[in-house]
Amino acid sequence: MKAAAFDYARAGDLAEAVRLLGEGEGSAKLIAGGQSLGPMLNLRLVRVGLLVDIRRLEALRTVEEGEGTLRYGALITHSEFEDGRVPDAGNGLLRQVGGGIAYRAVRNRGTLGGSLAHADPAADWISAFTALDATLQIEGPAGRRSLPLAGGLLGAFTLDLGETEILTAVEVPRLGAGARWGWHKINRKTGEFADAIGVALLDEERGFCRVVCGAVEGPPVVLAAVAEALRAEGRQAGRALVPAAVAEALPALDPVGRHLHVVAVQRAIDQVFGR
Amino acid sequence: MSEKPEPSGTGIGVRVRRKEDRRHLQGRGRFVADLAMPGLLEVAFLRSPVAHARLTGWRKAPGAEARCFFLEDLEGLQPIVARSSLKGYKVSEWPALARDKLRYVGECVAACVAPTRAEAEDLAEACGLDYEELPAVIDPLAARRAGSPLVHESWGDNLFLETFVDGDIDAIARTAAVKVEREYATARQCMHPMEGKGLLAWWDDRADQLVVHTSTQVPHVIRTGLAECLGLEQRRVRIAPPDVGGGFGYKCILQPEELVVAWLAMTYRRPFRWVEDRREHLVAGANAREHHYKVTAYADARGRLLALDAEVTVNVGAYSVYPFTACLEAAQAGGNLPGPYDFRNYRCRTYSVASNKPPFTPYRGVARPGVCFAIELTIDAIARAVGREPAEVRAENLVPGSAMPYDNVTNKHYDSGDYPESLRRAMARIDLPAVRTRQAQGEPDGRLIGVGFSTFTEQSAHGTKVFASWGIPMVPGYEQATVRLTPEGGVEVRAGIHTIGQGLETTLAQVASEILTIPVERIGVVLGDTAETPYSTGAYASRGAVMAGGAVSRSATALAGQIKAIAAHLLQCEPAEVSFEGGRIRGGNASLDFADVGRAWYLNPEQLPDGVDARGLEATEGFKPKVDSGAFTYATHAAVVAVDPETGKVEILDYVVIEDCGTMINPMIVEGQAFGGSAQGIGTALFEESPYDAAGQPLHSTLADYLLPGPSELPSFRIEHMETPSPYTAHGIKGVGEGGAIAPPGAIVNAINDAVKGLGVEMTEIPVSPRRLLGKILAARSGTPSGLEAAE
Repeated sequence: MKAAAFDYARAGDLAEAVRLLGEGEGSAKLIAGGQSLGPMLNLRLVRVGLLVDIRRLEALRTVEEGEGTLRYGALITHSEFEDGRVPDAGNGLLRQVGGGIAYRAVRNRGTLGGSLAHADPAADWISAFTALDATLQIEGPAGRRSLPLAGGLLGAFTLDLGETEILTAVEVPRLGAGARWGWHKINRKTGEFADAIGVALLDEERGFCRVVCGAVEGPPVVLAAVAEALRAEGRQAGRALVPAAVAEALPALDPVGRHLHVVAVQRAIDQVFGR
Repeated sequence: MSEKPEPSGTGIGVRVRRKEDRRHLQGRGRFVADLAMPGLLEVAFLRSPVAHARLTGWRKAPGAEARCFFLEDLEGLQPIVARSSLKGYKVSEWPALARDKLRYVGECVAACVAPTRAEAEDLAEACGLDYEELPAVIDPLAARRAGSPLVHESWGDNLFLETFVDGDIDAIARTAAVKVEREYATARQCMHPMEGKGLLAWWDDRADQLVVHTSTQVPHVIRTGLAECLGLEQRRVRIAPPDVGGGFGYKCILQPEELVVAWLAMTYRRPFRWVEDRREHLVAGANAREHHYKVTAYADARGRLLALDAEVTVNVGAYSVYPFTACLEAAQAGGNLPGPYDFRNYRCRTYSVASNKPPFTPYRGVARPGVCFAIELTIDAIARAVGREPAEVRAENLVPGSAMPYDNVTNKHYDSGDYPESLRRAMARIDLPAVRTRQAQGEPDGRLIGVGFSTFTEQSAHGTKVFASWGIPMVPGYEQATVRLTPEGGVEVRAGIHTIGQGLETTLAQVASEILTIPVERIGVVLGDTAETPYSTGAYASRGAVMAGGAVSRSATALAGQIKAIAAHLLQCEPAEVSFEGGRIRGGNASLDFADVGRAWYLNPEQLPDGVDARGLEATEGFKPKVDSGAFTYATHAAVVAVDPETGKVEILDYVVIEDCGTMINPMIVEGQAFGGSAQGIGTALFEESPYDAAGQPLHSTLADYLLPGPSELPSFRIEHMETPSPYTAHGIKGVGEGGAIAPPGAIVNAINDAVKGLGVEMTEIPVSPRRLLGKILAARSGTPSGLEAAE
């Protein structure tokens, strides 16, 4: 299939991009890497009146180091994380996750901001950045605002982002040098979307522990009780709580789906502690 | 196999690099989508959105009515009809565009034309359909029951054909020590050549011909079928296929889209093109493989197979394809289920069931991946029932080499080879004792190790007798080729079979080179174009190397005689003294270049002897094997897998292929066929599946939903050749195109079952997706009574 006809404009700066989105009167859409939008346009699952290309906006390609934080421009590509061309707030986690997204050709073009804005539940970044407690920076006609990722994901494919707003950057607290992480993705073959994702982070220095169950029907689920048990009582206590926590958070799962999510989270925990 | 001297030159047995690869590696191949022509219009099809409905009305795109075509507009175009002489066979009429009923999602209903594909799709979207939905026929077993909705009301049931092979089972059933009963299922699949279907058709006023550049395996057969549907004389249809990016069986059939595009070109006398996209391909196109088996096997206490009782149901979809009909699959299933095994009591009933799914096309191996899966799992089940090593039980049941040639219980004539030897070598290469030791030790990561084997025969180049017994519209006979010496001493080979990626441009040149000793670099091969080549039924059924190879051999041999007669005169010796060596012609103490003979015939006929053979330096001969029931290739595949019992994920740790396709023309190409086929077989075993919901909606419309194995899912295949020449074919060649795809589901699922046997789990349905396998493991853990679906 071929895409239906649309207009195309390349924004010269952020302000112009915001203005073009506004002029589109609801039918304009941003394109950056185009790794999800491109196929959806071709399959005619998405129609746009105007495609606003922000690929060349250098302001969205920077990484800023703050006080214990890192701020990634939305146009950083998956391969830039994979290749270690940007600092890793996750102490190696982001490099691992970025290198496991789809295929290299996709990673070369696909962007962090595009992936988070698309909010596909089975994608990797929303789980990883939920675990890292990320905050999104958003620019719109009314100015700038911040949005915590964990609260901003309203459902599958739905981020709390207005039609004329642009996700410009992602800010995350930086893990300490001694922090450990576990990332376990279950999928049928290399490069495919996940059937289950488990993320576990333990930063004893900062007293931060988070466990996430991802690739579910909606936004990634933060398993707070599991994390608390892990931090306070250790590996086995946390691990033992996973089945009940997953069952409670995701009651609609069938036994196979539930089992896969439990295994993914438990294996992520095991990785934190070294198998 | 190793006593033979190392072959030299570029003849048979040499690992010659493929001639066609230069253009393909440089991106200079020319496929349908690469063709350009002034005034070309692209075609997009409006397809049925529902599986089963009565079509009550339609509307053309407002303002563009002249560019939209429904069936009533295609004056004179006949539907696709494939007849069979098999008793009780019901004929379907497959209209180029659906008219009264919609019978599957994706069925063509209208064609829209525009200068670009996107605009043509805009028009298709702007057309409208009115229909009344009917209950869909999806499950083949339900479709057989009385009271099922009917795909073709006039039939009274949903059966294209029911066949029955009776055999004496009952006496053995009463006394056999072991009885094993199983049901097996193989998913509906979609075959995936890199290039989908497509064609460009135009009218050549000078030749007064419709010219069709279609991506096909069978150009001459398409000419016959297309001419009949269009009502044109066959001489006024030329099929000139460009490069074809793989076929696997999908491009063996005449398609409705071909009819429509050809009709447009014929009617409007301008070029039209349709290029199938991957979504059309997945939803409406290359469907295959959906089988269900009920098998009861009887064996003695050592596991010797005594009798087999089977019922095979094939879900062939809404219509019969041309020319292979809807019965080929079930006929092959019933005939090939006994496999390479030595037993004499067999009973089998087959059902070819119509449903509201796309028509079914023979796919690499045709029914044999299914039957091999069924019989190989049954052999392992027998071995487990008698408590013995499955590989040993398999070895004892195989037809022994000493029995060759051997006519099996369904009268398949196994011509040559040593089946147990291929299994023994596979056991040695996979190192069965070492695998058993490792298995007993357990893995540090908790995964379970298993090993499985699968031995099969591949009836290659099955010929006139076999196809005539099915009575289908196309029965292959003699294959012909033309071989010509050119004035400068080069060679032209022309054959009607087509090159579809299988390397025929190289292997046919090697056969000519074997006889003439001229290197393949100086041998041009022209294939497929009906205007330039002798009639051929085409590239399918692993017949290219045997049939076209045989034809080139015969023609090159005839040409060699003609060359020698002229050369003898020029060398002043007797023709019997003339020989070819390293691309030169020798006689007595002198020698000539082939160009000397070429020049004499074409440019200096005054040098020719009186009474020279007036056929000159060109020969067209035909070939058929001495026994045309097929040359039987065979192989054993062995797999070692690791199963993660917590995720259901299967990794292939080792994979061995021991194959015997008779004399190999080019071992490198044989290996390529084995590897590629095995990769597809691994897809069948573990990944590929076209699921439908109860309303007949396909749940797979992109390659994100339909998983193909990629490089990281495939093992490093280890291959070893045996080489038993067929007694019936030229040079002892047997076919090799399909075999790789046949064995993997049997070997891999046997290995999985070997791995999980301690969990009380046995897989009988493919693909063995993690979800299926984990579901069974969880069900076994929770004590659900073998409840496979408990977790679904």
